[in-house]
Amino acid sequence: MAKGIWVFTEQRDGEIKKVTYELLSAGRKVADSLGEELCAVLLGKGVSGLEGKLGEYGADKVYTVDSEALENYTTDAYTNILADLAKEHQPTAILLACSASGRDVAAQVAQRLGTGLMTDCTDMALEDGQLVFTRPVYAGKAIVKAACPEARPVMATIRPNVLAADAPQAGRAAQAVPVGGNTGDIRQVIKDIVKQISTRPELTEADIIVSGGRGIKGPENFALLEELADVLGAAVGASRAAVDAGWKSHSFQVGQTGKTVSPVLYIACGISGAIQHLAGMSSSKCIVAVNKDPEANIFKVADYGIVGDLFDVVPLLKEELKKLLA
Amino acid sequence: MIFKLTEEQELLRKTVRDFAEKEIAPKAAEMDEKEEYDWDLWGKMAEMGLSGVPYPDEYEGAGMDNISYAIAVEELSRVCASSGVLVSAHTSLCAWPIYAFGTEEQKQKYLVPLANGEKIGAMGLTEPGAGSDAGSLKTTAVLDGDEYVLDGSKIFITNGYYADIYVIIAATDRALKHRGISAFVVEKGTPGFSFGKKEHKLGIRASATYELVFENCRIPKENILGKEGEGFKVIMKTLDGGRIGIAAQALGIAQGAYESALNYSKIREQFGKPISANQGIQWMLADMATRIEAARLLVYQAAWLKDNNESYSKQAAMAKLYAAETAMWVTTKAVQIYGGYGYTREYPVERMMRDAKITEIYEGTSEVQRIVIAASVLK
Amino acid sequence: MKIVVLMKQVFDTEAKISLDGNKINKQGVSLVMNPYDEYAVELGLRIKEKFKGEVTVVSVGGPEVQDALRQALAMGADKAVLVDPGADEIDEYTTATILAKAIGGLEYNILLGGFKAIDDGSCQVCGRVAEILGVPVVNMVTQAEVEEDKAVVTCDIDGGSAVIEVKLPAMLTAQKGEIEPRYPSMKGIMQAKKKPMQKIGLGDIGLDAAQAAPKVKALSYSLPAARAAGKLVPGEPAEAAKELARLLREEAKVI
Ligand SMILES: Cc1cc2nc3c(=O)[nH]c(=O)nc-3n(C[C@H](O)[C@H](O)[C@H](O)COP(=O)(O)OP(=O)(O)OC[C@H]3O[C@@H](n4cnc5c(N)ncnc54)[C@H](O)[C@@H]3O)c2cc1C
Repeated sequence: MAKGIWVFTEQRDGEIKKVTYELLSAGRKVADSLGEELCAVLLGKGVSGLEGKLGEYGADKVYTVDSEALENYTTDAYTNILADLAKEHQPTAILLACSASGRDVAAQVAQRLGTGLMTDCTDMALEDGQLVFTRPVYAGKAIVKAACPEARPVMATIRPNVLAADAPQAGRAAQAVPVGGNTGDIRQVIKDIVKQISTRPELTEADIIVSGGRGIKGPENFALLEELADVLGAAVGASRAAVDAGWKSHSFQVGQTGKTVSPVLYIACGISGAIQHLAGMSSSKCIVAVNKDPEANIFKVADYGIVGDLFDVVPLLKEELKKLLA
Repeated sequence: MIFKLTEEQELLRKTVRDFAEKEIAPKAAEMDEKEEYDWDLWGKMAEMGLSGVPYPDEYEGAGMDNISYAIAVEELSRVCASSGVLVSAHTSLCAWPIYAFGTEEQKQKYLVPLANGEKIGAMGLTEPGAGSDAGSLKTTAVLDGDEYVLDGSKIFITNGYYADIYVIIAATDRALKHRGISAFVVEKGTPGFSFGKKEHKLGIRASATYELVFENCRIPKENILGKEGEGFKVIMKTLDGGRIGIAAQALGIAQGAYESALNYSKIREQFGKPISANQGIQWMLADMATRIEAARLLVYQAAWLKDNNESYSKQAAMAKLYAAETAMWVTTKAVQIYGGYGYTREYPVERMMRDAKITEIYEGTSEVQRIVIAASVLK
Repeated sequence: MKIVVLMKQVFDTEAKISLDGNKINKQGVSLVMNPYDEYAVELGLRIKEKFKGEVTVVSVGGPEVQDALRQALAMGADKAVLVDPGADEIDEYTTATILAKAIGGLEYNILLGGFKAIDDGSCQVCGRVAEILGVPVVNMVTQAEVEEDKAVVTCDIDGGSAVIEVKLPAMLTAQKGEIEPRYPSMKGIMQAKKKPMQKIGLGDIGLDAAQAAPKVKALSYSLPAARAAGKLVPGEPAEAAKELARLLREEAKVI
């Protein structure tokens, strides 16, 4: 019988990502309602020892595969191990982060297990004993609730920052289950890895994002936003207009053809608010817009707006926030 | 009658619209402001084959029909009228007379590089003293041995200075008036051919408008288009087709202004509701949409007649007259719907209204179109 | 080199979404080629230009998808295959099953697709097809050096990028990178109508509806509650900035 709610641990360089705790916290509630156990799957190199943390956030059991071959994520190695584990233990559900690797492994494993996969979910609930997932589709212009009625496990990837992480319970332990794990033949051979070196948080994980658009006028003026971002510990983003103009690389782009973000605070500077941009950030909790054009679409979704020249407003805002946060 | 575009025409519209919105629209205001065209855009248009839409494959054209050509000019003009006239003057005023009246050698030498976009074309007819009355031109071409010698000047020439190939209309025998006019192909760089004043204009400011000066400019005898004395026929036929291009340009300007105004009317709120909730605005939008649709049918009809080798002179004049007046009317209303914002350069309708005006003037003023239409209906 | 591109037609990014009962209303919405698939088509064409060969574009959907396929043909692809699933309610499992079956009957050295479709954003069909066909997949490719028997690609990964080598045949899914998809040329548009476009049903590829039955079921659709416009903070820049900072801390409590 299928048993267990599984959370696939999102870790990088031995550090567990916050989204994992969000998934564990939500998974805990589902597991309790169903009377099943909550398990984490932890893959990587040198990750043994992280089980305690997962326990504190609610995991009953942690299947750990600690191997040299898992140092960097590869589709085949991670797919082979996760699929084998799932075949062996037949969990009810597997929850993953909607990250590059989470999405990647989820698709392969879902197909290998012949099951359904709901991606990019923003909520999860038990309705009449069935796990129901909420997913924004059409770039957030519609919302679908979906379920996987028969095939098991139910699989889903969930956006970072959309579920709340409960406070950790110090000392709550998980049963560590070390597993050998067979990576199989890894057909994706890594030749090189370039890490984006930035002291700022990653866009998709950041709590605060300061974003710039056409109104920034040139690449050099992003410095203004970076200064504001650094005061807030925020990430910097850009609209498609700014990326197309070549002022920022595509990895900074927020929107339908860029990244989807859900920070606590999104500060849009000189962004008109094209529907494609809104698609990528309208699930932010609080939106601030600074724009010269009082008719700019962004004001339609902003919680707070200042109609004014960002070149005046942003430096002043930075100083005010600095004072407040000092 | 089937009022439905073919799959190819639909795909062409989508393609050119996509291109125009992504590549041209972001630059349109700046090009207007600077009175300078961004010639990289020409390279991209040429690569797509927009330089030779209605010419056969054997001359490196796209082998499409004139409806397709009209759609292409319409879609370019929807975001940037200067781009529309660049293609229209190149295609209709320069490439076409070479295609229709040129010898096979002339077509290989001139039409091929025009159609594949390696070279840009222009046409010089207008002179200070010869506008609507084209037959009164003073530029002369005198045969001297194996060469014609050109003297005189042309004004208001679209694509002037930047074009490589010019179709020039000159008098070979002034005594014969209309029947003493001939058409020639002149290459940029020919000694004795230089450029005078650049015009600063109300609209289509990114389109180059130059004076051409011919002083003892010698061109090979074989550069005459058609026979000596056939120039007036060449020019009348050329303008018949050119009018379809300008009508399409006007149609595109109107469409662009209408769409902007329609969107704006839905988002601009006054008195606690979008301005589009007022019947006064709704009626403007309804009239704009209706006139544009009527203009479109006239333009495509003229192009269809041309494609089907039927006479199209009257319909081309009607299409140009009606589309130009529609463009002027629609853009004026579009500015009205935008209110004060529409009068500023923050929004494109201000430029569109300035651009619309020229369509009532060049390639035959609206008065001249009415003369052509009247002559035809009174025949 | 035989190149197969998986292509989806999607709603235009500008499209207004409305509901028709408990479904998305598809009436009157303008449809386009999924932008990421355009990158895949472009990549395919560049590979073809390097090695000679043939680009086949394969899609699952109704007759309206022919427009997007024709666009791919006009860009330079050689053939198109459209499989009509014969059902409205399909999921990624269904689509992948059909695509894999259709592609399985073709010759291929490399499979390409967009890493994500902008409508349902599910990022899984290509991966599933690769899994069914037993070929390796690399997702979010921004650059690809393809050789006779292998590909060396740059792809986005969490927190950076990686260079990965795979043997062919392989599935690469395109992320927006340096390459810009070409516009169809006017000549291409004219040639497209002469190129083969095969329209087939499930029976033609030896599938029955039960084999491709969806695993995921959409229970309900809704439109998001419109975000109410908030307040404009008035005043001169200095005043407004000060007030905004206060509001963010005291009212919104986000800093
Ligand atoms: C931006 C621009 C680009 C141009 N590009 C080109 C080009 O590429 N090549 C080229 O050869 N020319 C070009 N022209 C010239 C254009 O075609 C002429 O300006 C046009 O034909 C009108 O001639 P005109 O300016 O001499 O006006 P006129 O002929 O002097 O007309 C003045 C007014 O009198 C009216 N009028 C004249 N005759 C009559 C009549 N019989 N009955 C009633 N009303 C009459 C006219 O309609 C007009 O309202 C261009 C002009 C401009 C402004």
